[in-house]
Amino acid sequence: MSDATGPDTFDGPTPDNALRQAKKTSGPMLAADGTPLKKSLSRALRRQKMRALMLIAPLLLFVLVTFIAPIADMLFRSVENQIVSETLPLTTEELGNWDGQGMPPEAAFEAAYYDIFLAAERKQHTRLGTRLNYELTGASSLFRKSGRGLDDIGEVYQDQFEDLDENWDEALPWLELMGDPDWLAEQQEWAADEDGRQPRFELRDGIEEILPTTAREFAAFARFQQVEDQKNLLEEEPWSAVHTALYTDLAAGDMSSYSGPRADMLQAADALVASPEFETVSFLDGFEEIDEDWMEPPIWQTIKLYSPNYTSGYFLNSVDMQLTPEGAEARPDNERIYMLLFKRTLFMSMVITFSCILLGYPVAYILSNLPMRSANLLMILVLLPFWTSLLVRTSAWKVMLQQQGVINDVLVWIGLVADDSRLTMINNQFGTIVAMTHILLPFMILPMYSVMSTIPPSYVRAAKSLGATNWTTFWRVYFPQSIPGIGAGSILVFILSIGYYITPEIVGGTTGTFISNRIAYHISSSLNWGLAAALGTILLAVVLILYWAYDRIVGIDNVKLG
Amino acid sequence: MKLTKTLMASTALTVAAGAVAAQDMADSMTLVSWGGAYQASQDNAYAKPYAEMHPEVSIAWDESSNEAVAKLRAMNEAGNITWDLVDVVAADAMRLCDEGLAMEYDPDDLLAEAPDGTSAEDDFGDMIVSDCFIPQIVYSTTVGYRTDLVGDTAPTDICAIFDLEAYPGKRSLEKRPINNMEWALYCDGVAKDEIYDVLETPEGQDQALAKLDTIKDNVVWWSAGADTPQLLADGEVVMGSTYNGRLFSVIEEQDQPVGMLWDMQVFDLDGWIIPTGLPEDRLARVKDFVKFATDTQRLADQAKYISYGPARQSSAPLVGQHEELGIDMAPHMPTDPENAANTLLYNYEFWADYRDDIDAKFQAWLAQ
Repeated sequence: MSDATGPDTFDGPTPDNALRQAKKTSGPMLAADGTPLKKSLSRALRRQKMRALMLIAPLLLFVLVTFIAPIADMLFRSVENQIVSETLPLTTEELGNWDGQGMPPEAAFEAAYYDIFLAAERKQHTRLGTRLNYELTGASSLFRKSGRGLDDIGEVYQDQFEDLDENWDEALPWLELMGDPDWLAEQQEWAADEDGRQPRFELRDGIEEILPTTAREFAAFARFQQVEDQKNLLEEEPWSAVHTALYTDLAAGDMSSYSGPRADMLQAADALVASPEFETVSFLDGFEEIDEDWMEPPIWQTIKLYSPNYTSGYFLNSVDMQLTPEGAEARPDNERIYMLLFKRTLFMSMVITFSCILLGYPVAYILSNLPMRSANLLMILVLLPFWTSLLVRTSAWKVMLQQQGVINDVLVWIGLVADDSRLTMINNQFGTIVAMTHILLPFMILPMYSVMSTIPPSYVRAAKSLGATNWTTFWRVYFPQSIPGIGAGSILVFILSIGYYITPEIVGGTTGTFISNRIAYHISSSLNWGLAAALGTILLAVVLILYWAYDRIVGIDNVKLG
Repeated sequence: MKLTKTLMASTALTVAAGAVAAQDMADSMTLVSWGGAYQASQDNAYAKPYAEMHPEVSIAWDESSNEAVAKLRAMNEAGNITWDLVDVVAADAMRLCDEGLAMEYDPDDLLAEAPDGTSAEDDFGDMIVSDCFIPQIVYSTTVGYRTDLVGDTAPTDICAIFDLEAYPGKRSLEKRPINNMEWALYCDGVAKDEIYDVLETPEGQDQALAKLDTIKDNVVWWSAGADTPQLLADGEVVMGSTYNGRLFSVIEEQDQPVGMLWDMQVFDLDGWIIPTGLPEDRLARVKDFVKFATDTQRLADQAKYISYGPARQSSAPLVGQHEELGIDMAPHMPTDPENAANTLLYNYEFWADYRDDIDAKFQAWLAQ
């Protein structure tokens, strides 16, 4: 046995030599191969960690992709609100300069005309209507009507230009006027056999200065036809929004100096617009024609209020408040419901947890103290409900508890209750608590049982032999050791019941429903997923806070599942 | 010679075209419906005859109409539509259409003409309440009552629901504002054609809720169509609202002591929608099926199995007898002139706008 400080016996890289070397140079301790020991150790450790990570990687990935990501995506909807600014880009920009008082300027109507026209072509205006209808009643039909009605404005101009010159309703003259000549040549080449990709439409140089609105609208039209509808641009006559834009540009500018393609056509149109016979419609009148609601501030205020990409509106809604131009505000009394439901859900979940403890504790105690054979038999009885459909169990409670049900019949038969004053035990809180306690009971009994069966019976015998009464033995010796089981069972039952949905729906009536019933309604019926996500996020936060509090008070280390 | 050639060529072309058309159609289809007796009636009247004509097609049913709107939206977001044809109520069809989840169609192009040559658009008439909705049946929400629990004078009008003196006991109503608010206002003295004008205003909504408040303690609220028939059969309630087909089955098929009111029945429509974004071969198959399944005879056939009225005018005279019971079905149709003396039509536009708002108030009122 050689000591590192002893005389040399071997040359070469032995651990002893390495240590000696390290001492001599008083530098970092080196591994056998000469690298610093620290580095070499951490490298080995890192490799080990990587290997472990690789082993769990499939599971980690699976959980991330199928569990965390969808939940995060769903919860993210509670603040998402891009739909307004994406569908109405010009309008939201225009309304950004408006102070929100009275009516917005006419420019906002003009922007809304172009936005909604395009949205209607893409069939997105009704989606936006549905979205805004959550905030302002009537928005749904307003947008549906407007999608149809806006054509009336544009057709006034379209018809007049067409009467002047048929070319205004043809695809090619428009393309010559608006499009880049090189692009047009490419497009015509492509159109010959429609093979490959359609060349992307390009505006002609300088046209944007002469006809700014028309250029914008024509480009939007071209993009829609080419990209979304996959149509050959050479065969599509422009829609009426382009004619409207042309009128706006001609009314604002003078075309006499224009000398590009189709100059005579444009100048004739300019002359027509300048002539007193030319019929015009103001955007204001056009919108008023569609629906009077456009003439009231609320719809404009709502659009302005919800134009940011992210909104706190859903969260405010889920705590019975609402977003108004003046800031967050409580909802009127007759529309408040969510806070009530949150409180009720928490309260009833606690009641259910406590009734599960009360009923489950003796059962678990008996189970753990019986001989194996009979304990197993009883265990099957506890597990039996797990093998029955949840709906069957819940419906069975209906049969038991309803006014013409088994319990009431028995009570009337015994004479405890008069026939005309049968007890109401279902479609209320009582019914929900009873049915859910029954359904969740196994989740309480099983952890309790597994903890209790590990408590050595000798402790109880020792306590008794030292003179403790039965009660003292139980309370001072047995019960403290069973607490981890109660803790585990309570967490399971409480968290399960807080998100329970089907049982309260069936037996809860109106006073026994939970917040999850409203979440389900918004997911499947009203399609207000943003609000559902906000409610779900709050529920998740409440559970996490309670879990944290539970950890502080009881200590999560004290929880045992077995 | 030349003629023969032309004939032969055109025959070959037609054959080829036919073969291509058959190849272009998918050979499986997933139909979505409500399950139960209603789905069975569709299966018997449409799907089975179609499968006999096209043995190569396999038809699968999915009983998801209840949550069809949410599921379609989720499928659309995931970019994977697994359904080919979905049965929904008209209000949901409208919602799906607004959301861009249902396909808009041209009635004259997609649907078959009536036997007398009337165009599909005219034959269905007002039933096409949305550009995406392919109507099938007219059903109604109405009230059934226990004949043995209402005393000597059986109720004859809808306001019996609110008459606790004449008809004491519990009644069951649907756990949503639609229909209940209309009935409440009607029974509170609002003229029938003014109901929606009143219901538009906050005061009108309060008025309806106040009327419902008078019976609130005696109402069992239902959310599934099977609830009221069960509650009636158990004697839990004296009367309750449900779909007329459910009452027909309780009365005629199960022979329970139940009677029904046709007064102020609320007409509603149920029909198909085709999801947007189907691949071409599946779309071609669905279109072929829909043309068959909504023709005059098929819609009339459905009434053999369930007491819902066909949505085509031309089908009404063809409604025959119940397949098993052998009773005449015409008098059990909600659209029968005797039954339709006093009716209300579900106001789709109104509820599309006001559903969120009034539902919030209604639920807040319920929870109090």
